[in-house]
Amino acid sequence: MKILVVDDFSTMRRIVKNLLRDLGFSNTVEADDGKTALPILEKGGIDFLVTDWNMPGMTGIDLLKAVRANPKLVDLPVLMVTAEAKKEQIVMAAQAGVNGYVIKPFTAATLKEKIEKIFERIEG
Amino acid sequence: MANDIRLALAKDLVSALEQGNEAAADTVLDEIAGLRETQLFQEIGRLTRQLHDSMSGFSLDKKITVMTENDIPDAKERLQYVITMTEQAADKTLTVVENLLPVSQELNDEVEHLSEKWGRFLDKEMPFEEFKNMSAEITNHFHGTKNSIQQVQQGLNEILMAQSFQDITGQVIKRVIDLVQNLETSMVGLISIAGGKKTGADFTNEPELPGPVVPGVDDKEVGDVATSQDDVDDLLSSLGF
Repeated sequence: MKILVVDDFSTMRRIVKNLLRDLGFSNTVEADDGKTALPILEKGGIDFLVTDWNMPGMTGIDLLKAVRANPKLVDLPVLMVTAEAKKEQIVMAAQAGVNGYVIKPFTAATLKEKIEKIFERIEG
Repeated sequence: MANDIRLALAKDLVSALEQGNEAAADTVLDEIAGLRETQLFQEIGRLTRQLHDSMSGFSLDKKITVMTENDIPDAKERLQYVITMTEQAADKTLTVVENLLPVSQELNDEVEHLSEKWGRFLDKEMPFEEFKNMSAEITNHFHGTKNSIQQVQQGLNEILMAQSFQDITGQVIKRVIDLVQNLETSMVGLISIAGGKKTGADFTNEPELPGPVVPGVDDKEVGDVATSQDDVDDLLSSLGF
């Protein structure tokens, strides 16, 4: 299981990476915005995407749309971890095909719960 | 220039009158009246322009009023939130460290105590009764260590999570910087207008991506934002998630 973590704040990438390691996912790669994330995804081999929304260059929502528009990536599970909390934004992310939405600041338990839920749904 | 023309026309008028040339005198008088009208129109034009500039100045002024009334108090609350968040993170980290230091000290003391005994056992200086006691102590130590290490790991995770303030506060501070820049732009705009150079540039106060919800600032309008993960979950499940 290889996970791509996308956030423009390196502190947040480190936190998410460490939490993922704690949950048993130690194979992670990082990108600091959608622009750098997309080539990594297109190269293949990523099983799960965790992305922030507000990033310079290419935002998380645009990354999500690009992922869903790519036949190779259309089924990639995507978890959005963001400070964006407007209801219309959450609805927009849902319509764009996000698999889970976590708002910052979040707890380790919330992240764990959402990731497990996504995997349950994929396996089930 | 205008004076030269008027003087020339006046001289023409005097000479025409002296010569008794009525027709020529009338022509000169018409010319003087025409000149007068042109100047009047120019002056009206100038005043209109000034009025227009002042009006645009007023609308810019209104933006500054909005900023002073809403955005600056907002910015103060946002910065206050930054203080609260950084304080919480520091507090949490310090508390965990303070709780873990004795745990680590206790482990250290036990290891020292046991390794001293273990050394005597290896040197064959330990009576059997004491060896039996040491075995029990070592068993206890293993149990205790397992618990202590779990505590340490949990504490380390808490310290890790406490660092998430940096992302949130970074976003909040960026927003305040944007506000200060906007304020600066409109002040420069106002000064330019006062100097009669140009009209102020337009700007928007509301960023495209609102970012972190600052309690007391962004949650004023009920129902607009999700203030907790539960809100998000409810909204998503109402959408069939």
